[in-house]
Amino acid sequence: MDKELLVSVCDLHKDFGERQILRGISFDIHRGDVVCVIGPSGSGKSTLIRCINYLEHPTGGHIEYRGQNVIEAFKKLTLFRTKVGMVFQSFNLFNNMTVLENCMVGQIKVLGKKKEAAKATALKYLKHVGMDSYVNAKPHQLSGGQKQRVAIARALALEPEVLLMDEPTSALDPEMVGEVLRVIRELAKEGLTMVIVTHEMAFARDVSSRVIFIDQGVIAEDGTPQQLFGQPKNQRTKDFLARFQNN
Amino acid sequence: MPETFFGWVAFLLGQYGSVLLKGAVVTLLLAVVGTFIGCLIGLVVGVIQTIPMEDNDSALKKLCIRCVQRLLDAYVEVFRGTPMIVQAMVVYYGAMSVFDIDMSPMFAGFLVVSINTGAYMAETVRGGIESVDLGQKEAAIAIGMDHFQTMRCVILPQALRNVMPQLGNNLIINIKDTSVLNVISVTELYFASKSAAGVYYKYFEIFFITCVVYFIMTFTASRLLRWLESKMDGPKDYQLVTYDPMMDPCGAVPLPTKKQKGRY
Repeated sequence: MDKELLVSVCDLHKDFGERQILRGISFDIHRGDVVCVIGPSGSGKSTLIRCINYLEHPTGGHIEYRGQNVIEAFKKLTLFRTKVGMVFQSFNLFNNMTVLENCMVGQIKVLGKKKEAAKATALKYLKHVGMDSYVNAKPHQLSGGQKQRVAIARALALEPEVLLMDEPTSALDPEMVGEVLRVIRELAKEGLTMVIVTHEMAFARDVSSRVIFIDQGVIAEDGTPQQLFGQPKNQRTKDFLARFQNN
Repeated sequence: MPETFFGWVAFLLGQYGSVLLKGAVVTLLLAVVGTFIGCLIGLVVGVIQTIPMEDNDSALKKLCIRCVQRLLDAYVEVFRGTPMIVQAMVVYYGAMSVFDIDMSPMFAGFLVVSINTGAYMAETVRGGIESVDLGQKEAAIAIGMDHFQTMRCVILPQALRNVMPQLGNNLIINIKDTSVLNVISVTELYFASKSAAGVYYKYFEIFFITCVVYFIMTFTASRLLRWLESKMDGPKDYQLVTYDPMMDPCGAVPLPTKKQKGRY
């Protein structure tokens, strides 16, 4: 592989008290990769993705950005976090701001951009997700799918190298899942590097360049979607996928 | 001399109306300024009380934060846990005998009302901050904001909106409770009424007027704050700039309304 290495997850451990959630996870993310993380509930998928931008501090192991340990390379974690955007399951749009302000505040406060420049960038990405008509709306006036599209635009507005998505469609009504997945597919086609935790198996198969199956805090299987969905090697992967094929 | 109750009320209003009005102005001044300063104190204390302890902070920083937080805890407990009437006495006479400071009753009044309100507001603000959904904070951190940016841009605007009803409560309580400051001879409404009542021994008539004046003040304050709350909530609808091609057409599409201005 000669693609540029962006983020490496190095032997990540995370305990919550006595409970071990992650027990040594390592993988690399290269530019243009779309990595889907799948696995049963409680296997540590969300914890893993939250550790990548240090929203949770790992108990062991570390994250590397372009081959350098993040903690050592960045004086402030906040700067690293602008390199890895995050989209949440529950959207978490800032309720006190309009759609446009949601997409501008990070650029102004964290990147120190001028208002005009921030507005132009915000509008560009809002247009990208088809939400530029709603710039004046407040989050509570939007549907779930619209909120998630704005949340994606908010993360993109900082022009991150990697976009992390923590179950972006799990909190949505079935009818709204489509519009969000369409946006993510679009982004994948454009070559945006993404790590997506998802329960949408069909989507994971279509969109990803690599699928990681996590079980009980370790990577149980890792491969291309063709391999992992076509000929799963691990018995646990087979059992897990069988549950999706049955319905 | 008037014969009837309302005759007396009218007579006393003519005689002591201006005295009572001056008292009411002092009451209102004490309550509004005291509540305002108290809110500022409460805001600062509440924000400091909710500074999180990060795992990777240095031991010295942790110690400093913890010390300040314990001190502020003590402030809140002491001033919430003792009556304002007693605090007024302790502050006014204590300053004189221990520090040899002869402060005016009015100054002592402002001081006592402010720090007393501050203690209550500190807890209210803390509650307001903690009531904001954790996801809001996480989202702010995830786009690279530090704790104070998160507080200022995301958490506090929402928390302060949520504590507005409690702020109204405090203002109304203060309008009424500044009456205890008569013990250090602040000439607020109650003190003025008592003096006026003594002249003709018409306690009921005077205090009937006082009652009405207090109620007018508290009612106005309560309505004003409600209006302020609705003002803070902003407009209920928004303008759609163009058609959204991705939205499911069976969903509700709000109709364009008058132009609005965003923050930016």
